[in-house]
Amino acid sequence: MDSTMLPEVTAVGVIIKAVLILAVIAAIAGFGTYIERKILAFMQRRLGPQHVGPYGLLQLAADGIKLFTKEDIIPQHANKIIFAVAPVITAATAFIALAAVPVFPGFTIPLVDVYVPSIASDINVGILFVLGMMAAGLYGPLLAGMAQANKWGILGSARTAIQFLSYEVVTGLSILAPIMMVGSLSFVDFNDYQADGTWLVVYQPVAFVLFLIAGFAETNRTPFDLLEHEAEVISGYVTEYSGMRWGLFFIGEYANMITIGVIASVVFLGGYNDFWIFPGWLMIIGKIAFSFFFMLWVRAAWPHVRPDQLMWLCWKVLMPLAVINVVITGLVMMII
Amino acid sequence: MSLEQFKNRNVGTQNYVKLDLAHTPTTGWGQFKQVVGRTFKPELFVGLWVTFREMGNALVGGKMHTTQYPFEKLPISPRYRAIHDMLRLMESGNYRCIGCGLCEKICISNCISMETKYDENQRKEVSEYTINFGRCIFCGYCAEVCPELAIVHGPRYETASEQRASFSLFEDMLTPIDKLNLQQEYDGFGAISPNADENIKPTPLAY
Repeated sequence: MDSTMLPEVTAVGVIIKAVLILAVIAAIAGFGTYIERKILAFMQRRLGPQHVGPYGLLQLAADGIKLFTKEDIIPQHANKIIFAVAPVITAATAFIALAAVPVFPGFTIPLVDVYVPSIASDINVGILFVLGMMAAGLYGPLLAGMAQANKWGILGSARTAIQFLSYEVVTGLSILAPIMMVGSLSFVDFNDYQADGTWLVVYQPVAFVLFLIAGFAETNRTPFDLLEHEAEVISGYVTEYSGMRWGLFFIGEYANMITIGVIASVVFLGGYNDFWIFPGWLMIIGKIAFSFFFMLWVRAAWPHVRPDQLMWLCWKVLMPLAVINVVITGLVMMII
Repeated sequence: MSLEQFKNRNVGTQNYVKLDLAHTPTTGWGQFKQVVGRTFKPELFVGLWVTFREMGNALVGGKMHTTQYPFEKLPISPRYRAIHDMLRLMESGNYRCIGCGLCEKICISNCISMETKYDENQRKEVSEYTINFGRCIFCGYCAEVCPELAIVHGPRYETASEQRASFSLFEDMLTPIDKLNLQQEYDGFGAISPNADENIKPTPLAY
């Protein structure tokens, strides 16, 4: 697709896109809790929430009312400012990361004739920006755990530090190989690179698997949810949180899950290109939905790992594999 | 099993089955092989497949495991010992209790208290009968000792209430007279076994 043929990107279009992302992703992040509970229940042959509304669909509203009306407790010896700010960091970084991620193909609103771009802000270092923002999300759990004057919180934030910092390395190295192939850091270029229908996962299967594994660790999902592993550290960094502050952490977590899903779809799985008879918007929704489902599926099937196993996996298996993958990609690109 | 056999704890000389577990690798090469083997073994995907299959079973195959408790109830065993029931005779509708007092006597936690008197037909009549459910341990001796199958353990296991007393009076436990046709014969503790006739040894009439 030639960029000169694209319609003009107006400020109105960008604002519409930003509002779409905020509203839709925030709603989906909340709705994700319902989907997670339902799918986990089905995989364990239970029914899941079903008494509030048809099929339990209004459970989300009930949970929201509960979270908003719950007493907001700040522990006596906690550092009150940091304790109050930490959940906002998690939620904010998760949504800021989404600003540079293409969620939908660009489209034109018919009557008013406003072109809505595929991405709220197509900066030319999109991948670096998103990875950086997700890395900055580390400060949410880290500060939360350290500010709450609770041993479990401290343990949780220590685990946050080792887990997020270690797996940043794997994420960066695994995504480096596709970046070398595409030669750009912009998500739109990644999408256009795969416009001929050959997905990058065909060339980079190892990088894809490594990215998925690191994505699970970055989003704090099972099998790597050591930050708040109930059986070991009560709730880790959220031990002392209640009400909507707690809720913000989880909106951030679910938004991060969606971000990882979008990155995996755009970088490795063909993005929002049309595929056979399916239009691009349907394809990207399907891919994001599947990656979300996959995270829940893995949670139902696989056990946790221990922290030492997590470190072992990162530094002794995934990191060397990622480096070897980068080297081989470079050699092949040099030869061809 | 004799005591000597029982005390023999030498593993391997008895009927123990040893699991065929591989040894932990000691050399670096062995560990490497183990890691590679585990990495490429499809165990993780077996786990994924099992959960997915169970989801299919639950949603399509009708194998959902949940019992929606207050709306659905599982059948309980006839030998379950819940709150007592007092049964009536099916023919006359009189209560079966003959006021013999055996249940009061055998109760090991001393929670049954009864008072009887003769009525105008010189028949024993129960004038007062209560079970103190604060003390009852639901051992089932009363049902077992009752010669008339009058006091039995019913199926009422939902006993949350504001007052224990609302279960404990004779009238509360007695089958309501208008529901006599719904009264189930008791086959739990102390009931006649299904093959009782075969076990009866006829008394010889002539010596």
